[in-house]
Amino acid sequence: MLENYFPILLFILLGLAVGALAMGFGWLFGPNRPDSEKLSPYECGFEAFEDARMKFDVRYYLVAILFILFDLEIAFLFPWAVVLNEIGLFGFVAMMIFLGILVVGFIYEWTKGALEWD
Amino acid sequence: MEYAQELFGNFFGPEWGPALFVVTKNVLLIVAIILPLMLAVAYLTFAERKIIAFMQMRVGPNRVTFFGIPWLGGWGQPIADAVKAVMKEIIIPSGANKLLFVLAPILTFAPALAAWAVVPFSPEVVLADINAGLLYILAMTSMGVYGVIIAGWASNSKYAFLGAMRSAAQVVSYELAMGFALVCVLMMSQSLNLGDIVMGQQGSSFLNWYLIPLFPMFLVYFISGVAETNRAPFDVAEGESEIVAGFHVEYSGMAFTVFFLAEYSNMILVATLASIIFLGGWLPPVDMAPFTLIPGFIWLVLKISGLLFCFLWFRATFPRYRYDQIMRLGWKVFIPITLIWIVVIGLVMQLPSPVRGVFPLNLWFH
Repeated sequence: MLENYFPILLFILLGLAVGALAMGFGWLFGPNRPDSEKLSPYECGFEAFEDARMKFDVRYYLVAILFILFDLEIAFLFPWAVVLNEIGLFGFVAMMIFLGILVVGFIYEWTKGALEWD
Repeated sequence: MEYAQELFGNFFGPEWGPALFVVTKNVLLIVAIILPLMLAVAYLTFAERKIIAFMQMRVGPNRVTFFGIPWLGGWGQPIADAVKAVMKEIIIPSGANKLLFVLAPILTFAPALAAWAVVPFSPEVVLADINAGLLYILAMTSMGVYGVIIAGWASNSKYAFLGAMRSAAQVVSYELAMGFALVCVLMMSQSLNLGDIVMGQQGSSFLNWYLIPLFPMFLVYFISGVAETNRAPFDVAEGESEIVAGFHVEYSGMAFTVFFLAEYSNMILVATLASIIFLGGWLPPVDMAPFTLIPGFIWLVLKISGLLFCFLWFRATFPRYRYDQIMRLGWKVFIPITLIWIVVIGLVMQLPSPVRGVFPLNLWFH
């Protein structure tokens, strides 16, 4: 059972190695002649005005939080979907109640405008 | 195989022999997946340029040949591109966080490759036949967004940062739609194992494929896949006309190429997964003589190629979406559609068995 996962571990390590190897080849065969103009950040030809790690729109947080909620919902749906034939009508109704509660939350955030980007 | 096992046992002793044999065998198998995949990625870039060129009434790359063989005009192009990329300088901007800047492409690339570990190519031909295959692929595709957001932050460039924020929010939103679409597939297949999902679609013809009862989910999954790989028309993360090149604006040479390889192998992965879970994987469209003679692997490749052609076709056809339109499509269209379809499929599954035995329901709900 668990030994089935060994090739996966190996694959992840090999994937990292292939990526690192490609970067290594680029570093090995490419030229390396840095100068201050070449190393400056790209801002359409102008000098950079300030540090780029600036304030950003709060909506990105909102999307992240909503994603966590809905991803949890998916995490609950996966095992339910796999055994739906065994648990029958009772399991179906129970999940519909859970989905209904989440849909109420979804409608709330929709009407509040959390999904607007204008 | 037994001979190799014995050879390892003799050479490294009974303690180390079997362990080293397993490692060597798996490494060889993994290389046998990665090498053709990288070749496929290289020639997918060539196919993209050729196909889009033909759609725009021009010829595309046709000069670089193999050893000067004239009728292979253009076929040397991906190789020449790869050699050129290796010879280019990797520029690390002065304000960048050097470790994360170098790590980001590798972090995008590794999960894009690793997801292939559980993909079944034909019956029993799968590297890791795990029970949680679909969950594992979902996990690996979401790992890719880490590389993007780390790349954008580590570059210390405003365009890169903005591109990374956009890309992260977009990928994360479409992953929800994708997850809900996959829940519908699980309700039909009752298994997370990709091989079992294909076997669940076995029958006399393509009517048994999940494509037909789950057609809206197929559309949602495929379009989400296009959005998740940041491909046109959802490529605002790169948006070369507004934020130059998005999260990889500061990347050059091989560092950029690694991002590029990851994007294209993700494209092939999305097409493969869509063929496996909706289009019957390695199954022929009709279970009859002329079709069953062709090996299953060929059918899988044909289905993948068809979907990849759609990827390229979209790029040649559609104008880019605006960012607010992308988010609206993900949250306000796809998520409600998938939720409704989950309820519909669940309701059909609750029907009493005589009703379920009626054609065409008996095809899908055995």
